Amino acid sequence: MEEERHTEAKIGAETGRGSSPRGPGCSLRHFACEQNLLSRPDGSASFLQGDTSVLAGVYGPAEVKVSKEIFNKATLEVILRPKIGLPGVAEKNRERLIRNTCEAVVLGTLHPRTSITVVLQVVSDAGSGAQLLACCLNAACMALVDAGVPMRALFCGVTCALDSDGTLVLDPTSKREKEARAVLTFALDNVERKLLMSSTKGLFSDAELQQCLAAAQAASQHVFRFYRESLQRRYSKS
Amino acid sequence: MAAGFKTVEPLEYYRRFLKENCRPDGRELGEFRTTTVNIGSISTADGSALVKLGNTTVICGVKAEFAAPPTDAPDKGYVVPNVDLPPLCSSRFRSGPPGEEAQVASQFIADVIENSQIIQKEDLCISPGKLAWVLYCDLICLDYDGNILDACTFALLAALKNVQLPEVTINGETALAEVNLKKKSYLNIRTHPVATSFAVFDDTLLIVDPTGEEEHLATGTLTIVMDEEGKLCCLHKPGGSGLTGAKLQDCMSRAVTRHKEVKKLMDEVIKSIKPK
Repeated sequence: MEEERHTEAKIGAETGRGSSPRGPGCSLRHFACEQNLLSRPDGSASFLQGDTSVLAGVYGPAEVKVSKEIFNKATLEVILRPKIGLPGVAEKNRERLIRNTCEAVVLGTLHPRTSITVVLQVVSDAGSGAQLLACCLNAACMALVDAGVPMRALFCGVTCALDSDGTLVLDPTSKREKEARAVLTFALDNVERKLLMSSTKGLFSDAELQQCLAAAQAASQHVFRFYRESLQRRYSKS
Repeated sequence: MAAGFKTVEPLEYYRRFLKENCRPDGRELGEFRTTTVNIGSISTADGSALVKLGNTTVICGVKAEFAAPPTDAPDKGYVVPNVDLPPLCSSRFRSGPPGEEAQVASQFIADVIENSQIIQKEDLCISPGKLAWVLYCDLICLDYDGNILDACTFALLAALKNVQLPEVTINGETALAEVNLKKKSYLNIRTHPVATSFAVFDDTLLIVDPTGEEEHLATGTLTIVMDEEGKLCCLHKPGGSGLTGAKLQDCMSRAVTRHKEVKKLMDEVIKSIKPK
C-alpha cells in the first residue's frame, strides 16, 4: 500500500504553474518546474522561465576522489553544459558562481568526505546570459531539494535590467536585456532574503543597485511561494 | 606557542585577532596593504605595468597587433585579456591548461573592460572593415597572496595607460598598411575602474584586501569595481554567506575611498615617467 503510493509519487512528475504573464502585482514571466523526471540521478528538476529552460540532475552524497576530498565537509561540484558547442570560459565562470551559492546553503558538514555533483544542461536558451544564470540557479535548487540534500535555506535567482532612462525591469526578455544599460542577476535565500550571489553587466549607480536589490527581494517572494506550492502539491496525499 | 595554535586551529587563532578589530599582520579591518606600481618595465611590450599589493604581485603586458575587425562590428577593434596563474606563484596551481581560478579571473577582467568602457573599441579601428588594432593584455601573477582581482584590475589599468600605439596609414595605391614607429600616441582611457575586494567572516564581519590565508578561512568574498563617478562597473559576489543591503552600503563607501587612493597613486606614477 505504502509502496504503491511511493511509486505513484515517482511517476507523477509534478508540474507547477507560475504566476501569470506580466500583471501589475507580479512582473515575473510565466515559469514552470518539473521534478523527478530522470531515473539515474538522485534528484532532478527541470525549470522553465520565459523562453529559457534548464534541466538539472544531482548525484550525492556519493564517493569522492581522494585528491578532491575535504575532511570535514562535502565537496560540491557543478557542471554546466551549454546548448550548443563545448563548454568555455563563460561556463566555467557560471559554474563557479552556482557552486559557491550552493556551498553557502548546503549543509556539507553532515556528509564529510563525500561529493555532491550538480549537472546542468541548457535545453533552450533565448540567447540571454543573465536569464540563463537565474534559471540555472532555480533548477539547481529544485534538484537539490528533490535529491534530499540537507540545506539551511532555499535560494532563487532573479534578474533585473536597467534601461538607459533608469527604469527597472524585472525578469527581462532577451530583447530588453540586449538594449538595457545594465543587467543584474542576484541569488537570494528564503530565510532572510540576504544576497548570496550577484553577477552584473554594465554600469549602474549605488542607488540603482539598492533599488534593484529591493525589487529582487520582493520578486523572490513569488518564486519561493511557487517552490512551496509545487512541493506541497507533490507530497500531498491527494 | 602561537605558531602551534595557528596550525591546529587557524580559524580560532584568527577570531582572536578579529575580536580586537585587527588582523595578524597588524592591519585594521578596512586597511589595504602597501600598494606599489611600476610602469613601463617591459621594453618589448607596447605597454606594461607591475603591481604589488603587499606580497601579491601581478605583471601586465600589452601587445598590439593587426587584425580584421569583426564582421558584425566593422568599426571596432579587440581587447583580449588573459590571466595566467602559473605554478610559480603558488603551490596550489599545477602546470597545464588554465585552471578554474585563472579562467574566472580572465572572465572577470573581460567583464570589467566591457562594462566600464575603459577603451572605446571604435578608437582601435584603423580602416573600417579592413584593419583594426587588437590589444592582447596578458596578466601574469608572480606571487599569489590573496586579492588577485584587485591587483589584476590595477595592473591592467596602469598598463593600458602606458600603451603607445604608432600611427598607421593605409597606402591608397598598394592598400597596405604603413606603420610610422616614430609617431606614437597614447590610448584614450575614458574611465578608471578600480576594484576593491572584501572577505566575509562568520557571515558577519567584512575585511578589506584579504591575504591568501584569510581568503582560505573566509566564508565568502565580494569584489566591487567602481569608476570615478561612483558608478559600479561590476558587483562580483560569487556565492558565500549572505549580505544585507546595509552591509553592501558600507562596502560601497570603502570602495569610493579606495578609488581615490588608487587614482592618486596612478597620477603620481604617470607624472614621474620620463618621456621617451
